[in-house]
Amino acid sequence: MQPFKKHRGLVAPMDRVNVDTDQIVPKQFLKAITREGFGRTLFYDWRYLPGEKPNPEFVLNFPRYKGASVLLARANFGCGSSREHAPWALLDYGFRAIIAPSYADIFYNNCFKNGILPVTLADDQVADLFRRLEQKEGYTLSVDLETQTVTDDSGLNWKFEVDPFRRECLLNGWDDIGLTLRFEDKIADYEKGRNPQAPVFGPLEPPR
Amino acid sequence: MAPQTLYEKIWKAHVVTEEPGKPALIYIDRHLVHEGTSPQAFSGLKAAGRKVRRPDLTFAVMDHSVPTKDRNLPLVDDIAAAQFAALERNCKEAGVRLFDMHDRNQGIVHVIGPDLGVTQPGLTIVCGDSHTSTHGAFGALAFGIGTSEVEHVLATQCLSQFKSKAMEVRVNGRRPRGVTAKDIILAIIGRIGIGGGTGHVIEYAGEAIRELSMEGRMTVCNMSIEAGARAGMVAPDETTFAYMEGRPFVPRGKDFEAAVSAWKRLATDPGAQFDRAVELDAAKIAPQVTWGTNPGMVAEVTGRVPDPGSFKDAVDREAAERALEYMALEPGTLIVDIPLDRVFIGSCTNSRLEDLRLAAGVVEGKHVAKSLKQALVVPGSRRVKAQAESEGLDKIFQSAGFEWRDSGCSMCIGMNADVLPSGERCASTSNRNFEGRQGKGGRTHLVSPMMAAAAAIEGHFVDIRGWNGQRGE
Ligand code: SF4
Repeated sequence: MQPFKKHRGLVAPMDRVNVDTDQIVPKQFLKAITREGFGRTLFYDWRYLPGEKPNPEFVLNFPRYKGASVLLARANFGCGSSREHAPWALLDYGFRAIIAPSYADIFYNNCFKNGILPVTLADDQVADLFRRLEQKEGYTLSVDLETQTVTDDSGLNWKFEVDPFRRECLLNGWDDIGLTLRFEDKIADYEKGRNPQAPVFGPLEPPR
Repeated sequence: MAPQTLYEKIWKAHVVTEEPGKPALIYIDRHLVHEGTSPQAFSGLKAAGRKVRRPDLTFAVMDHSVPTKDRNLPLVDDIAAAQFAALERNCKEAGVRLFDMHDRNQGIVHVIGPDLGVTQPGLTIVCGDSHTSTHGAFGALAFGIGTSEVEHVLATQCLSQFKSKAMEVRVNGRRPRGVTAKDIILAIIGRIGIGGGTGHVIEYAGEAIRELSMEGRMTVCNMSIEAGARAGMVAPDETTFAYMEGRPFVPRGKDFEAAVSAWKRLATDPGAQFDRAVELDAAKIAPQVTWGTNPGMVAEVTGRVPDPGSFKDAVDREAAERALEYMALEPGTLIVDIPLDRVFIGSCTNSRLEDLRLAAGVVEGKHVAKSLKQALVVPGSRRVKAQAESEGLDKIFQSAGFEWRDSGCSMCIGMNADVLPSGERCASTSNRNFEGRQGKGGRTHLVSPMMAAAAAIEGHFVDIRGWNGQRGE
């Protein structure tokens, strides 16, 4: 996974609450067997007119947001389906950071597994950013995971909270599985039934 | 020892190792896999030179894209065919049991787990699918994960997880006739909102939950994710054990008795603390119908489509406006005046035997409205289908003008040929009414199986409680 330390980029708005992952990547693209190329499918049903012609009324198609890499969003972003295709598409499109007041749990997790930083700010801070973004074409933000700050060129400097362990993993781009496999002996112990509270297992083969 | 919740008990029993300030490593007892979210996990595993650690605890099934008719003909969808082939190859290489689309046990992953007895109380169960919360109806800790986590579980049989907060949703009293588990969960979501459970595991309790059958409890737990919760659970009791006994993967004889006495200890201890608690009165719940583009946009069948202007919050108002525009509904319209194009009875929320029996009871001897373009019944699994057929339900549905299909996710998600056409309106027993969920431009209203069945007969919604001599359940 590519690490995330600091990112500076053009901001694009997604001014809707409860954007679900069915919108981020519609189901017709869930039949792929690789992780590549999902950028084209991002917000597909909103983004394109029939024949995959860009819909000029969809915000990401506005010329001023071309090349955006920071997505400013509203509450409960990424709700619904667990599809990891959603962060794959965001990343492949070019988004490295998201800023929103809240996220759905599974989506939030999935971002960290893919080198995307989901920044959580207070409602009024996010509302403020939406205003700034509307007022200034080319509005750019820096998101720094090391210092846990969001800054802009006019002196805005806000701290954000993130779980220290998630932060460390993302800063280093650590492979989760590799981390877990360091505990191989503990996993093997658990499997040998050394945890007295472990559950009752049913048979793993049905009777013939 | 301090009193513990069901969630805490299962959590503790599964901690492999933990360090302060870090997520715990928890052991996963059952890993369910489907074709949609697993191919990239298997290829990641292969690329890293890793193996599936516990193929014996992993169960795979084809459900999302399977055709629901003419399954013996060659597949017309090449991309889906490639995905099925990938799952078959991956399972074969790893030694994972696969219920392919021709297996007599095939079905929607969240229907076959409980159906076969793979789902059991006290277990940790994961699947790359958000509705894994369904299995919590048995008092298991079951939740959906992303594809990276699927790969992690394949490789290590563990997950690195932060403990969630615990929330109790208590539904007191008895539900009125005609009000089902689906109406209870929609009413809960309407009350706490679609983000209301975020960061929490919900335990459902109270008389109205205890009175539900296992099918009903599964319907409730299934839609926990629609309230944003990580998982939903119900403590196991005699209803649970009676449902389980004799299913293929459930212990037998003396082992079953021993298991039951262990399962009985899982219930939340009196006095255990929840981080949050919500109470509802079942007697006040009416049949529910969603009018918008998320499951929290829901009204009673006797109600009206709301006026966006009635929402205090500007963001909610805008969301409601956008939803009504998408749904092509006028504020103030009576819910029962909404005309329908199609009806879909199916999905992991409502496609079990009880659901089909209830719907069949409503349509028996009647016929779907002429104005309807299609009425579809898609059993949740082939076992359910066979049982329903042995009771003659297929005949009842077919003579009422419904199509009787083979099992799969079908029009819940429209990844196969069962797609809701653009601009059409569907009463659906599934769980998501997001824009385009059943098909691009399609308009979904979520309801219970009885409400969907009655709507099919009339061509518009009706209040099942006083309809056509129906006395409800
Ligand atoms: S029936 Fe629908 S919600 Fe359930 S697993 Fe299938 S696609 Fe997902």
